[in-house]
Amino acid sequence: MQQRTLPYLLLLPATLFLCVFFIYPFLLVAWQAVSQDGALTLDHFRTMAGHWKFPTAFWNTMLLALAVVPVQLALALFMATLVTRMGKGRDVILYIWTIPLGISDLAAGIIWLAIFEQTGFLNSMLSGLGVVEQPVAWLGYQNKGTIFLAVVLAEIWRATAIVLVILVAGMGLIPKEYYEAAEVFGASPWKRFTRITLPLLRPSIQTALILRTILAFEVFAVVIALAGTNFPVLMGETYHWQFNLQDRHVAAAYALVILAISIAFTLVFLRTLRVPREAQP
Amino acid sequence: MAEISIRNVAKQFGDFTALHSVDLTVADQEFMVLLGASGCGKTTLLRIIAGLETPSRGEVWIGGKRVDHLPPRQRGIAMVFQNYAVFPHLTVFENIAFGLRMQKLPRAEVDRRVTRTAELMHIGQLLKRYSGQLSGGQRQRVAVARALAMEPDVILMDEPLSNLDALLRLEMRAELKGVLAESKTTTIYVTHDQVEAMSLADRIAVMDKGRIVQAERPIEVYRNPAARFVGSFIGNPPMNFLPAKKGANGSWRVAGVTFEGPRAEREEIAFAIRPEDLSPSEGGLPAEVRVVEPLGPHVLVTCDVEGHLFRAVLDSDIVLSRGDTVKLAPTPDRIRWFDPETEKSLQHHQ
Repeated sequence: MQQRTLPYLLLLPATLFLCVFFIYPFLLVAWQAVSQDGALTLDHFRTMAGHWKFPTAFWNTMLLALAVVPVQLALALFMATLVTRMGKGRDVILYIWTIPLGISDLAAGIIWLAIFEQTGFLNSMLSGLGVVEQPVAWLGYQNKGTIFLAVVLAEIWRATAIVLVILVAGMGLIPKEYYEAAEVFGASPWKRFTRITLPLLRPSIQTALILRTILAFEVFAVVIALAGTNFPVLMGETYHWQFNLQDRHVAAAYALVILAISIAFTLVFLRTLRVPREAQP
Repeated sequence: MAEISIRNVAKQFGDFTALHSVDLTVADQEFMVLLGASGCGKTTLLRIIAGLETPSRGEVWIGGKRVDHLPPRQRGIAMVFQNYAVFPHLTVFENIAFGLRMQKLPRAEVDRRVTRTAELMHIGQLLKRYSGQLSGGQRQRVAVARALAMEPDVILMDEPLSNLDALLRLEMRAELKGVLAESKTTTIYVTHDQVEAMSLADRIAVMDKGRIVQAERPIEVYRNPAARFVGSFIGNPPMNFLPAKKGANGSWRVAGVTFEGPRAEREEIAFAIRPEDLSPSEGGLPAEVRVVEPLGPHVLVTCDVEGHLFRAVLDSDIVLSRGDTVKLAPTPDRIRWFDPETEKSLQHHQ
């Protein structure tokens, strides 16, 4: 009897924790999104979708994720390859590269604001070099392109390291003998990367992509710091409806949209980057 | 044609010298086994030939071309790894085809070679499987097939059978020998298993502490060890050694018995005899029996000769028990002598 119940007993604390702090609040939010005074309604979704900022916020978030995540993956792969080949200074470099992870996203946004704002470092440098006559309003509402670029840069700077850490750990698990075999059997360094590293790193790439994409859909503080309301994103709108417009129902609807997108992308990654059971090492 | 020539190769890992100036020539189509205990440098030497390790000094030539500055893929070699290194994300077919695809061979040629080598290694029915679905022995076959499919001039093997169980090892050993003889490649095979070495090799290079001690035909290595180490490493049980004191007229006294021996300027040298070259006879070496182990075809007797461990493999008819004293006479032409200081053989012709 004890043999049977013990596993469930051991699972109980974690389950309780999840129920109280995740499932219950989630159900509350979900209920808020689809109800008004105790009755089911889709009005809040209509309000949300009908608002002029919704499509902009939606596409801005998507574009941002699309611009940031692939660059981060490529960059992290490159950095991880460098790091794993290093002998001595490996840990030092890894620590330095992961420093941005320790900075809060708002602080990261402010750092990049100090660079891009009208009296910021970029303008000082450009005018010092005589490239511009007067400071450029890089983050002004009329410069959508540079705002986007600044947010992309800040995000890449801030969050590439999380992908890097996952990939470095994954690369460490690939036995050296596979590379030696590939080398003996004629694979150039690039072929070794595409034929050995990438396929064997698939589980790590999957994890990193899921994590990073979900975080990308939740982008908030960096955007607020750099663009204020000039560059609406989904998470910013959620905040806006909750605290400025005091409409919890529409905010909840936004939260559900973000959740739905995250789940959809997670499923896509789970499916496309799946390693068949028989091909697992 | 792929003669391999290793000239004056040394390898240093920090303060540790893995190889001291090794010279070795392997003839075209020869099967050379590098034999030695772990840490003797045999795998390092193989990896230097493969190009997976760079020598600190010296040259490696394959087929008349100096290769020590070339990456492995330009050396015309194929290799079988100790842990097989069969890629887990590729099917057996793609594993065997890996090297051929890297050479960008036409598809029909790839198919032909993969099918042929897979048949040769009896894994034709496994081509669609992944490595995770194979047994150790099957993985081993894939690793060998992958090397053979390259039709290389040289195959390097790093303890390829050491991860197989005993019965499978015996089977694969015989099969490897046949397959490699047919493929007409030059083979260098690393092992610590002397039986494997004896059965496979055209020549055995016995290595000890980063040096090649002797490189000769197996029977030669067995019969005429160039150094005491070779005698004590090869043979199961290994060679017996006893101190020999100088007697009158160039004779030597061993445990109270006089033998004709080599001329040497020393007062004491080492007398050596293999356990199977002893037979009970009056006038033999006096041995006190310690342990008697019947092994079926013969009996292994462990004795004490003047305080030295001494083993004899005798006919199974003999009746002996612990505490008996038996006189063991060595077959005269099988007696070997070693210098106690240089440990080299005293009559071996270099």
